[in-house]
Amino acid sequence: MKRERRQLSYLDSVHRDGRVWGFSILGIIILFPTLLCIIFNVLPNFTALGKGLIAVLPMYWAVGLVEIFTYVPMLGAGGAYLSFVTGNISNLKLPCALDAMEKAGVKATTEEGEIISTIAIAVSSIVTTIIIIIGVCAIVPLTPVLNSPVLEPAFKQLIPALFGGLGVVFVSKNVKLAIVPCALMLILFIAIPALNSGTVGIMVPVSVVITIIVARIMYKKGII
Amino acid sequence: MEFSVNHPIIFVMVAVIILAVLGQSVFFLIRAIKRAKEKGMEMAKIKSTIISAAIFTIAPAISILVGVVALSKSLGIALPWLRLSVIGSLSYESIAAERALEALGLGTDITITAPEAFVTVAWVMTLGILIGLILTPILTKKIQSGMKTLEKKDKRWREIFQDAMFMGMISAFLGFVFCDVTLAFKGDFTGFIPVLVFFASAIVMAVLGILSKKNGFKWLKDYALPISLIVGMALAIPITSWLG
Repeated sequence: MKRERRQLSYLDSVHRDGRVWGFSILGIIILFPTLLCIIFNVLPNFTALGKGLIAVLPMYWAVGLVEIFTYVPMLGAGGAYLSFVTGNISNLKLPCALDAMEKAGVKATTEEGEIISTIAIAVSSIVTTIIIIIGVCAIVPLTPVLNSPVLEPAFKQLIPALFGGLGVVFVSKNVKLAIVPCALMLILFIAIPALNSGTVGIMVPVSVVITIIVARIMYKKGII
Repeated sequence: MEFSVNHPIIFVMVAVIILAVLGQSVFFLIRAIKRAKEKGMEMAKIKSTIISAAIFTIAPAISILVGVVALSKSLGIALPWLRLSVIGSLSYESIAAERALEALGLGTDITITAPEAFVTVAWVMTLGILIGLILTPILTKKIQSGMKTLEKKDKRWREIFQDAMFMGMISAFLGFVFCDVTLAFKGDFTGFIPVLVFFASAIVMAVLGILSKKNGFKWLKDYALPISLIVGMALAIPITSWLG
């Protein structure tokens, strides 16, 4: 009983602090362009602002909304509060958390999983921020290296290199569950030209929902 | 005040925001480590999580830095530094900046000189990503409570549900890796570059996984994913020059 109460209090404090940090950072993020306007004594070009927002808002707000429902259960509470502030979720934070939980041998559904996921995502956020700070300080000597045509293919293939490693671990552990979603996504991405790097973000929630339905059917039939 | 995309005052503001975000990560890290200690989790496990997360992050973080450099041509360094350190991801920020610059009749390769254009781009990039920041504090507890209820009803299904979510995400990216293979019908084999990189990385991971089960190689388990990532990225260079 005592154990349960402590667990609840940890998670509750994560939610409380996550909200405080989240709303505070939301405040200073909005303050940034506001202060730019005040300091340089200028207003945005409202026509261009409207056009720009029409071009990005419907898509990014819709995707953002779906992403919350998709990624929050996977990231855990602490991981979610951090990841939705620091960004780069599918290409960095979530793979990092998954790998950490897998290596630590903890389930994402337990408090140990919550702790490991939070630690991995926090460390990843700190290291990313520090690397970008170092990079920004040394941007002049680094630019030719980072823009080098020799290295360009390596950076371009980050996602395949990341998901090759991650995929082999998860597919080998859930072979039965993997067959239908993997086959379906392969067919869809190969057959439909509109599915590409720009639309993979939309396909993640679609694939997650399909996999859950398949998993439910397999679970009910006693296959998994 | 006279405007420049790299004005020191913009750097100061960006640095303050990034410090706040860094503060949040440090706060949650310390809190989680304390809780791990309270629960009697092995500290060696925590240490190994920290080290491998840090090593794993290096290559993706450098690729984010490439994005900062790409956007810095038109926006200076400070704004891309902020946008890619906080919330942003390269794919989103590049598109948001491009759309805003297009609306202003500007390109991504010309440095902005008018403060009006700069603040317009800053507003488009900021408002575009706000949804996650607004809704995460509101919805996270509710979503997590929903998952807890699911767990109380059927623990086994809750675990399968979680695995299904992970598998769904991985399947989508697997599909993405193969999205351009049909270009081969037109004689263009570049669509196989990500496929070969994917399999190279998968093979390295599988070999490391088998090796790490043997005595004397257990340490490999901690570094398997970063190694497979780096080898995959490194092999992308000769694969691209072969098929590109």
